[in-house]
Amino acid sequence: MRLSQAWIVARHDLGILAHRRGIVAGLIALPLGVGIGFPLLTWYIVQKSTGDLGAYLPDLINAFSVWWVIGAAMIPTSIAAYAIVGEKVEKSLEPLLSTPTTDSEILLGKTLAAFLPTIGAIWLGSILYQVLVDVFTSGPLGYLYYPSWSMALILFVMAPLACLYAIEFSVLISSRATDARSAQQYAGVIFVPFIFIYILGEIGSFPLDTTNLLYIALGLAILVLGLFYASERIFHREEILTQWK
Amino acid sequence: MVHADRLTKRFGSLTAVDQVSLDVEEGEVFGFLGPNGAGKTTTVRMLASLISPTSGAAEVAGCELGKQADELKLLSRIGVLPENVGLYESTSAYQNLEYFGRLHRVDPPTLRKNIERLLRMMDLWEKKDLPLGTFSKGMKQKVAIARTLVHDPILLFLDEPTANLDPEAAKMVRDVIMDLKKEKRTIFLNTHHLDEAQRVCDRVGILRTRLLTVGSPESLRFGSAKRRTVVRLESGSEALASAVRSRLAPRHVELSGDELTVEVDDPDRENPEIASAVIAAGGRILALSQLAPSLEDVYLKLVHEQETPA
Repeated sequence: MRLSQAWIVARHDLGILAHRRGIVAGLIALPLGVGIGFPLLTWYIVQKSTGDLGAYLPDLINAFSVWWVIGAAMIPTSIAAYAIVGEKVEKSLEPLLSTPTTDSEILLGKTLAAFLPTIGAIWLGSILYQVLVDVFTSGPLGYLYYPSWSMALILFVMAPLACLYAIEFSVLISSRATDARSAQQYAGVIFVPFIFIYILGEIGSFPLDTTNLLYIALGLAILVLGLFYASERIFHREEILTQWK
Repeated sequence: MVHADRLTKRFGSLTAVDQVSLDVEEGEVFGFLGPNGAGKTTTVRMLASLISPTSGAAEVAGCELGKQADELKLLSRIGVLPENVGLYESTSAYQNLEYFGRLHRVDPPTLRKNIERLLRMMDLWEKKDLPLGTFSKGMKQKVAIARTLVHDPILLFLDEPTANLDPEAAKMVRDVIMDLKKEKRTIFLNTHHLDEAQRVCDRVGILRTRLLTVGSPESLRFGSAKRRTVVRLESGSEALASAVRSRLAPRHVELSGDELTVEVDDPDRENPEIASAVIAAGGRILALSQLAPSLEDVYLKLVHEQETPA
């Protein structure tokens, strides 16, 4: 596999996606919403709380941080849908497949085009989030909550894995979807498991400590490998030209 | 340039292309004629190594089909224009060509030169920076053809390049193909426009799952159907026709208004005889002309024969 060839595809897709307002808005809105919204909510809770904040505030903040994983799974679905179904709608896949580029290089290029802006936005948003949370909670807690090992695990392991999981899942959906919007709708199920984890963390049934996060990361990694294998099989010249709808 | 030996493609129980064998020489424009669903696109996709044949073999642009090591080499030597232009409408003509040139690994200075030369050839240089969404269908098709040429391929596969275009746009594209022909490019042209094939192609093959025939448009026209001599009379009558029939027997003679049509094998030898027979039967000849079967006649005859086997 030639990374340079995949990078040509990725750069081209990034250029096209940069002109799609919906995608740019999604890249900005979610990280900004989570990055400002949750710290403000924390601040509100700190202001209104009369009990022992140290007892429950860390768990609450920890559960909020799962939203960076949810975001990493949500954002790339629209990008991947446009990058693959968009090509299908514009019927530009056949000319692309007629170039001396392997299927894997094209797939990697499209994956990079969805992965890089998503992770970039997630990391930038999370910096804002961590700074604001520390500003609002360092007083009552008596220490800086962030940075933390669990946040590092979320940002550098789980978010990239969730992003790859969403992209590979979108590739599978793209082979059957006839337009980007329906692909996005199908892809809506992608982040349901993460919301489930968030709720369990929030109600305290599943503590989101580093051990449990590592278990989730391991499960996610296995899932990503399986989906990568499946999407590689489905993103195949002959399959695309003769089987894709 | 192309040598195919019994290429076959089956999709489940459906045979899309059946035992197609053909050769295309360097610098030749080869037309592939056939109705919709005849297997033209499937054949091109096989020859371009985009899909694999179920059986058979082929060598295209010096590369062997199905040989993993040759696949990318083949794709870098050929240019494929699919039936749908498949351009990126939000980007400009220049950017579209630049992207495909990079994918073909054309070095930047050569790529810039190629893009300028092609866009000038297509009369689109002045519009090079406009988004393709603002282009007409014919202009988009010209950009798509330029895209297939951006890496200077030695063989072009053009799949229905004038389909769905209005007559003016179709002419625009046909002129470009004629220019490419003048440049001695090897072109494999899929079309169901018989007129286009007749005007542009050195040889044509007629396909309906199987390859029914191959030859130059002229040889197909004169080789597979009878020629006819039409005699325009001052006044035609059944009595005159009967008299001519008896003199020209066993040739087939038909009267329609004031015109007698006689089927002939060799017009140069037989036309004087026909003229004498008409005059001897008391007819006065106003004009005598030759009708040759069109490529359309040949095409319809072959396709019809294939539909209703004896």
